[in-house]
Order: sequence, then C-alpha cells, then structure tokens
Amino acid sequence: MAKRIDVNDLSVFYGAFKAVEGVTLTVEPRSVTAFIGPSGCGKSTVLRTLNRMHEVIPGGRVEGKVMLDDDDLYAPTIDPVAVRRMVGMVFQRPNPFPTMTIRENVAAGLRLNGLKRGKAVDEIVERALRSANLWNEVKDRLDKPGAGLSGGQQQRLCIARAIAVEPQVLLMDEPCSALDPISTLAIEDLIQELKSDYTVVIVTHNMQQAARVSDRTAFFNLKAQGQPGRLVEVDDTTTIFNRPSEQATEDYISGRFG
Amino acid sequence: MTTSTAPRPVRTTDQVRTGRVGDRIFGGAATGAGLLVVALVALVGIFLVIQAVPALLSNEANFLTSRVWNPGGSHPEFGIVDLLWATVVTSIIALAVAVPLGVAVALFITQYSPTWLARPAAAIIDLLAAVPSIVYGFWGLTIAGQYVDPVASWIGDTFGWIPFLADAGISGKSTLFFAGLILAVMVLPIITAISREVFAQVPAAHKEGALALGATHWEMIRTAVLPFGKPGVISASMLGLGRALGETLAVMILLSGLNDGSPWNWSIFNGGATFASKIALNAAEFDTPTKTGAYISAGLVLFILTFLVNAAARIVIERRKAFTE
Repeated sequence: MAKRIDVNDLSVFYGAFKAVEGVTLTVEPRSVTAFIGPSGCGKSTVLRTLNRMHEVIPGGRVEGKVMLDDDDLYAPTIDPVAVRRMVGMVFQRPNPFPTMTIRENVAAGLRLNGLKRGKAVDEIVERALRSANLWNEVKDRLDKPGAGLSGGQQQRLCIARAIAVEPQVLLMDEPCSALDPISTLAIEDLIQELKSDYTVVIVTHNMQQAARVSDRTAFFNLKAQGQPGRLVEVDDTTTIFNRPSEQATEDYISGRFG
Repeated sequence: MTTSTAPRPVRTTDQVRTGRVGDRIFGGAATGAGLLVVALVALVGIFLVIQAVPALLSNEANFLTSRVWNPGGSHPEFGIVDLLWATVVTSIIALAVAVPLGVAVALFITQYSPTWLARPAAAIIDLLAAVPSIVYGFWGLTIAGQYVDPVASWIGDTFGWIPFLADAGISGKSTLFFAGLILAVMVLPIITAISREVFAQVPAAHKEGALALGATHWEMIRTAVLPFGKPGVISASMLGLGRALGETLAVMILLSGLNDGSPWNWSIFNGGATFASKIALNAAEFDTPTKTGAYISAGLVLFILTFLVNAAARIVIERRKAFTE
C-alpha cells in the first residue's frame, strides 16, 4: 500500500510568483519524512504539490517532476482527482464535514469511489477508526455529528477519513498545530503506527515533533527575503539533528534563527 | 495606602457604568425592535380575526369547503377552495422552477464562474429583484406569453391525459402554469442572492477536505458546499415562497378568472384567482362590512398559510442544527 516518492528539480509557481525552487528529494515507502523550516519557506507548498492540492489555488503550477513509484503525477494524462485518491491529506485545522455524522465522515471518501453503504462500508469505517485510535472513543456515537468531537478527536477523525480510502501516501500539513499537548501525543503515536502501512510526509513547525516522529528530515529555507524557498538539505533525522552538513540547518535547529 | 487606593474603585465603577449605559441603550433598542416586529405581526393577525369573524358568522356556505364566492346581498356565501388551490398551485410551480434554477445560478457564481464574471452576474440577478411586479405582469402578458403558449399547448397535447396537465380551454398566458412561471422569475433573485451568500461562506477547509479525498469539482460541491448551504437554501425558498404566495399585481393581470359554477378542474392550465389577486381585483367592492369581512377572511387564510409554511421550514432547519455548527 505504500509507495516511494521521487521529487526531481521541482519549482512551484503561483501565477508569476515563484514560491519554491529546485527541490529534489526522495521519500522512502513506509517511512516518516518531516519537512521543517521557517514560515513561508515553501514546505507546505511542496507538500501540496505531492497530491496536486496547490492547483486549488488559482495560478498554482509546477515545473519539474514528481514520481509516485513509476507514475509521473504531472503527466498530461493524469487526472489530479486520481492523484488525490492515491495521496491522502490531513490539514492543519481539523476539518470534518460539519453536516455529516462520524460514520459518514469516515465513509465520505468511499462514497466518492462509489461504495454507498452496507456491511463492507461499516467494516472499513471500523477499521479506519481503529487505525486512527479513535474507535473506542466513538463506537457508541457513530451517528452523532463529527463536529461534536474534541479538536484532537476531530483530527484523528480526519486521519481515519483519509486512510479509509487506503491511499499510498499520507500527507500531513502541521496536523498538531491546533491541538493541545495530549492530543498531539495521541497523533504522534498514531503516526508511528501508520508508518507500517503508509508513506507519511509531515510538515511541522515543532522541531521536537520532527525529531520524535520522523525517520528523515528535510530542512527548507529562504535564500533571502523575497526569494523563492528551497530545500537546504535532507538526511536521516538523527543526522540532521546531530551533525547537519549545512550551517543554516544547524542554526535553525539550535534555535539561533527562524 | 488607603488614601491612594480609594479613588481607584470609584473611577472603575464610573467606567463600568458608562459601559452599562451604552449596553442598556443598545440592548433596549434591539429588544424594542424585536418586540415591535412581533407586535406588528400579532396586531395584523388580531385585526384580520376581528374583521373576519362577523362575516364568517353570517356566511351561509362552508368557508373552508365551498367554491362559491358571493359575499354580497342578504345571503352571503363564500368559500376559499378555489382561491387556496390557485394560490398554492402557482406558488408551487414558482418554487419548483425558481429553487433549482436559483441554486444552479448561485453555484455557478460562487463555484464555477471566473471572478471577472461573478460580480456582474450577481449584480444583474439582484437587479431583477428591483423590477416592480407590475412590469413582470405586463411583460408576461405582452411578450413572454406568446413563447410559452406553444410549450403549454404541447404539454397539453402530449400529457393531457394526466388531470393536472389537461387543457382547460384557457389562453396559455392566463393559466396558473404561466402565472407560476412569472412568479418564478420574480422570486428567482431572492433565492439566488441568499443561496449565493451561504455558498460563498462554505469554509475553504471543507472544500479542500473534499478535494483532498479525491472529489471532482461536482463531488466537492455535493459533499461540502450543498450540505453546508442547505439551511440557507431552505430559508431562501421560504422567503421566495412568501413573495409568491402574496404576489398580487402580476398574478391579477395574468390570470383569467373562472365563471361562477364552472366545474372543478385539477389542471394547472386552468385559470383562477389567488387570495391576493382576488382581494385586489375586488378592492372597489368593499362596501358592506360582510363583503369586506369576506375578503379579509381570505386574507387571514393567506396569513395563516404563510405562517405555517415558515414554521415548517424552521422545524426542518432546527432538526438538522447539530450538523450545521
């Protein structure tokens, strides 16, 4: 279920504005890769290009290549809708559909794939909620609104919704930044478990979090104010946090800037 | 210590008190405005009841089931069946056309159209609301009617065996069907405007959530936009329905009245009169209290009908409330 991502010389534009320049990196299957860096350095932008969500913003386009195993995500024959069914995404703020029950939220992606309801759907919903460590908390109120859960539960509901469709890759855009420390811990534990089935890429502002959950870390930075963001280096997380090869990385992780 | 701290609480109380005066004035004004509306509605209702009761008591026909409308003379007889039927049928036709169209236009403006087109398109729709209703009436009578005529007769020829669609021998532009279509044009702006507002308020996070699951544009609209906008669309429809039920002049100009004693006809291609058009048409005849009372009773039924429909809509919205917050 997990695939490798190869990004090759990727630049991202919003209209005439070049947001990110020349990113090349590889994300191994069944691993967690963290994107860190100061605000506005393009890490979320790069994340969104991995399932073509940047195209939702008018004028968003890329140059370069993103390969999911052997599939070119930007080949002219590829439909962004198909890409997003393979590469799921969890957002910064939990965004369960407010008009749907907990069950309907988890099944929302299945419904798009044509599975309506019935035993198969119930089983998938249960499995997804169990995988998201939420089942025990919500199994007695599956028909209550998803928006009635706490923030941390809502975020796990969104993770369940994303993995219910069994994507190849799971992208997480600062999934804990709106959560309290206990909910954050629950999500971090969950990320460790998800790693065994999925390729996970997580953007985080929290360096301890990157150190705790990720196998590899990519550090993004701006060359200078007003310049496009770029990838400074990517390496094993222990290496990045102990012996980074770039001075800028060392400055950032030691808190000397950014 | 005591001398230096003493003035402080005084000043704080003063500040609080100033705030309180403002709060109280504003709170009082808002409460007053709210009560005023309730009082107006209640007074209108009371006025209608007081005026209607004597006429209803002297009515020699059954008010709710009779089709006769002959409130003058020493033996007044009047019933509302025909009026209720025409009112409800024209309004249902109006909503059946205007709600899907209005929602579609609102979706186009908020979800599909490029920005340079969205604003002018919205403004033009809003302009429709500013056209006086009598203009719609004459426009329907002199221009739009001739184009609807062939459509109506085609429906009559093809589906005439269905009682609702049978030909009733009335000119195409004087039927309940055509009056309903004109009403649809009249209620379209309000339905579109409110739907547009709620669709535009759908949080980007919900839309992105749907898209990230691999929804196509239309699936995203079905998953995130339409459910979020549903209460707003219901409210919009109710406001539109209120206008359709009460619309007077355009309907009065268009609808061809029925002769006394004409047989009952289920067809939407029949003529008739709505509550409002009947009252307006006969406003010159309010010469005796009984006669006036008869028309006011008809107005009372329209009042209650509007009230019930709105209450029903509120119940629908409240029941789904947990899912909209």
